[in-house]
Amino acid sequence: MSASSASGTLASDISARSGAHDPYRIGRHGGHGHAGTGQAEGGPASRYVTVTYGFWIFLLSDIISFSAFFAGYAVLSGATAGGPTGRELFDLSRVALQTGLLLASSFTCGLGSLASHRRDMVWTQIWLLATGLLGVGFLVLEAQEFVAMVADGAGPSRSAFLSSFFALVGCHGLHVGLGLLWLGTMMAQLLVKGFRDDILRRLHCFNLFWHALDIVWIAIFSLVYLLGASS
Amino acid sequence: MLGKLDWSAIPIEEPIPLFAALVVFLGMVGVLGWITSRGWWPYLWREWITSVDHKRIGVMYIVLAALMLLRGFVDAIMMRTHQTATLFGEGYLPPDHYDQIFSAHGTIMIFFASMPFMIGLMNFVVPLQLGVRDVAFPTLNSVGFWLTASGALLVNMSLVIGEFARTGWLPYAPLSELEYSPGVGVDYYLWAIQISGVGTLVTGVNLVTTILKMRAPGMGYLRMPIFCWTSLASCMLIVAAFPILTATLAMLTLDRYLDFHFFTNDGGGNPMMFVNLIWAWGHPEVYILVLPAFGLFSEIFSTFSSKPLFGYRSMVAATLFICVVSFTVWLHHFFTMGAGANVNAAFGIATSVIAVGTGVKIYNWMFTMYGGRIRFDTPMLWAMGFITTFTVGGMTGVLLAVPAADFVLHNSMFLVAHFHNVIISGVLFGAFAGFTFWFPKAFGFRLHEGWGKAAFWFTLAGFILVFAPLYLVGLQGMTRRLQNIPVDGWAPSLFVALAGVGVMIVGAACQIVQLVVSIRRRDSLRDETGDPWDGRSLEWSTPSPPPAFNFARLPHVEDEEPYWSVKQRAIEGQPPEVPVSYEPIEMPKNSPTGFVSAFFATLIGFALIWHIWWLALLGLAGAYATFVVFAWRDEAEYEIPAAEVERVDRARLETRQAWYRRREEAA
Repeated sequence: MSASSASGTLASDISARSGAHDPYRIGRHGGHGHAGTGQAEGGPASRYVTVTYGFWIFLLSDIISFSAFFAGYAVLSGATAGGPTGRELFDLSRVALQTGLLLASSFTCGLGSLASHRRDMVWTQIWLLATGLLGVGFLVLEAQEFVAMVADGAGPSRSAFLSSFFALVGCHGLHVGLGLLWLGTMMAQLLVKGFRDDILRRLHCFNLFWHALDIVWIAIFSLVYLLGASS
Repeated sequence: MLGKLDWSAIPIEEPIPLFAALVVFLGMVGVLGWITSRGWWPYLWREWITSVDHKRIGVMYIVLAALMLLRGFVDAIMMRTHQTATLFGEGYLPPDHYDQIFSAHGTIMIFFASMPFMIGLMNFVVPLQLGVRDVAFPTLNSVGFWLTASGALLVNMSLVIGEFARTGWLPYAPLSELEYSPGVGVDYYLWAIQISGVGTLVTGVNLVTTILKMRAPGMGYLRMPIFCWTSLASCMLIVAAFPILTATLAMLTLDRYLDFHFFTNDGGGNPMMFVNLIWAWGHPEVYILVLPAFGLFSEIFSTFSSKPLFGYRSMVAATLFICVVSFTVWLHHFFTMGAGANVNAAFGIATSVIAVGTGVKIYNWMFTMYGGRIRFDTPMLWAMGFITTFTVGGMTGVLLAVPAADFVLHNSMFLVAHFHNVIISGVLFGAFAGFTFWFPKAFGFRLHEGWGKAAFWFTLAGFILVFAPLYLVGLQGMTRRLQNIPVDGWAPSLFVALAGVGVMIVGAACQIVQLVVSIRRRDSLRDETGDPWDGRSLEWSTPSPPPAFNFARLPHVEDEEPYWSVKQRAIEGQPPEVPVSYEPIEMPKNSPTGFVSAFFATLIGFALIWHIWWLALLGLAGAYATFVVFAWRDEAEYEIPAAEVERVDRARLETRQAWYRRREEAA
C-alpha cells in the first residue's frame, strides 16, 4: 500500500468525480468518469452497457473457440491421406455467392437496427426477415456443398484435412443456424411485445453476433477457400 | 429405443462400485426423505433452487464442491490403499476399475471440486467486495451453477450406469479414440465436461462483466480489493481458455461419433495436436484455480496481520503477468514429445519466468506479515501452511521446467507429488482458508476454532506425509498410474504415504466435526457486527448474513481499504454518517431457468452418451422452450420497499454503534 493512499485522497475529489486528479486511475485519462462507461468513479454501468459488454466478452470467447478450429485446420490441411485436396474440391464461384449473401445479410441486419432505433416496426421486421432469408440462402448453399462433397467420397471421414474442413466450416454454419433460430424467436417476440428495452438490447446483441459471424466467415473465405484453391 | 443402454450397463459382477453406488443412493434417498418429512421442499425451491442471489449461488457451489471433494478423496484413498496392497498380492482393484478410479479422481477434483469451490467463493465475495448488489447477469449465474451440477451428476452416474473413462483426467488421443476406448466411459467424460464447461464459461463472462462494469462509486481499478483483481484475472483466463477446451473436446467427440480423423492414428490424424490443444487450455486452467486462492490469501495475510497488503500494485502487476504468461508455457507438459531442443528451451525458460510472478507474491505476503500484529486464527493458519508448502511445490516445478530433467521425471511419481503439492497447498488450502474466513459472513456465526485448528494440523501433517515419500519414489523411478507395484524397494515410501492418508482422513473428519459442532453452538459463535475478523474491505461492512440487496445504499469508495478507513475515522471520533432517507431497491426475480435448463442438459448428455437420439432431440427441444419462456417473461425484477430497506439498515447501524461503544469502554 502506498503512502499517498494512507494520507487519503480528498473526499472532495471523489465527490467531484472528475477522475482527472486520481493518481490510481489507469486508462482513459481526461475526465470520462461518467456513469455510462462504468470505467471508474461513476458506479455500476447502465443495463444496456453491461449487457452489450458481456455479450462482447462472450463473442471474444466464441472467436477463441473458432481459433482452435482454425489451428486444427492449419495443422491438418496438408494431411489429405491420399484423398482429394482443397484445390480439387473447392468451387470458388459458390463460395463467392455465399460470401455475397452473408455480407448482404449483415447489411440488412444493420438496416434493421437503424429501423429499430426509429421504432419503426414494419421496416424492422422487413429487414430482419431479409437478414434471415439471406442467412437461409447461405446455409442452403453450404449444405449443397457438403452433400456434394460427401457424395463424391470426400466426406469428413476421408482424411484429417477434410475432418478439420468440415468441422471448421460446419461450426460456422451451426452458428448461422442457431443465429437464425434466435432471429426468428426475436422477430416473434418483437411483434408481440413491441420495442421494449430488453428486446432492443437483445436486438443489439444479435447484431453483434451476426457481424462477428461475418468476420469469422471472411477468415474462412481467405484462409480455407482462397488459400486452399490456390495451393 | 434405448440406444446402447441395456441391463449389461449395470456392473453387477463388480461389488465395489455397486456397493458405493448403493451407499450413495441410500444416502440420497435418506436426505430427500428427510427434506420431504420436514416439508422443506417449497422453501428449498423458492429460496435456493430458483435463487438468483449471488450469495446463495455461491453457497450452493461450495456445497457441491465439498461433496465432490469427499468423493474424489475416497478415490484417492482407494488408490493409495490398493497400491500398498499390491506389494503383498493382487490388490483389490482390477486394472479396468483402477484406471477408472484415477481418471475419476483427477476429473472430479479439478472440474467438480476445485473449480466450483473457487467459483463459489468468487460468486459470494466479489459483488460484496465491489460494493454492488448482484452480479451482472443473475439468472445466467444460476444457469452456470446448475450446468456445473449437471456435469457432476453425469460423472457420478457413470459409477452405476456403464463405466467411466480409463484414460486419465485428460483423455489423451489416440487412447481415447473409439478404437481403443470403445465403451461409454470417454463419452461420459466428454459430455460431463462439455456441459459443466459451458457453465464455467458463462460464469467467467458474468464475473468479468461484473468486475469491469459494476463497481461501487469511487472504486477505480486500483482501489479494487486484491481478491477482485485475482478473480478478474482468473475469469479472463476462463473466457480465453475454456473455449479451447470446448473446441478440443468437440473435435474428439466428432472423432468418436462421426468418424472424423482429428486425432486418430489413421487418415492423417494427429494425436499430438490433441495434447497441444488440451494443454493450451490446461495450463491456464492451473492459474484459473490458483489465482483466486492467491487473492484470498492476500486478503487473509493482510487482515490477520492487521496491516494493509504490502505492495498492492506489484501484486496486481504480478497477477496480470501470470495471467498473460500462463498462455506461453503449455508445452512443458510434454517436453518428451520431441519438439526439439530450441522449442523445449523456450518453453522451459517461459516456465521458469512465470515463477517470478509467484515469487513476487510470496515476498509481498511475507512483508505483509513483517511487523504486523499477527493473529493466528484458522484462516491465517491455512495461509501460513500454504506459503511454506507451496514454495516447495513451486520449486519442484522449476526443477521439472528444465527439459533435460523432465526427460527423467516425466510421468513419474515426482510429477504427481509436484502437482499435488501445489494444488493441495494452493487451491485446497485456499478453499479451506476462504471457507473459514467468509463462513461467518455467509451464515452469521463463526466456525469452531479448536476443531478448525485440529483440521489444519492433521491435514498439513498428512499432506506432507503423503507427498514427501512420493517425491522420493518418483526419483527412484516409480511411474504414475501403476496398478501393480513391481519393486519392493518402493515399499517403505508407500507405507509412509499410506500412513499420511490416514492422517489426512483424520483431518477431513475434523472438518466435518467442526461444521457440526459450529452449527450446534451457533448461538455462542454468533457474529453480531458483521465484522468478525476486523476486516478491511466492503464485505465486512454488511451484516452477517447480508440482506438480499447487500447494501442499503451503494458505498462511496475513497481509498483502497474502504471499510478499514470508515472504522479508523469512527475511532478518531467521526462516526459514519447515518442515512436520512432510504430508497426502494429493485432486485432480480428468482427464476427456475437455471434448474430447468440443467435438467434438459443432463437429459441431452445422457442421451448422447448412450446414443438415444430421440431423447437428445427431446432435450434440445426442451432447452429451446426453456430459453423462449425465459425470454418471454415480462417482469424481471421485484421491488424491496424503502421501509424494509430502512429496517434492515437501521439494525445494522445499531449493532455497529453498540460495537463502537463497547470498544470505547474497553479503551
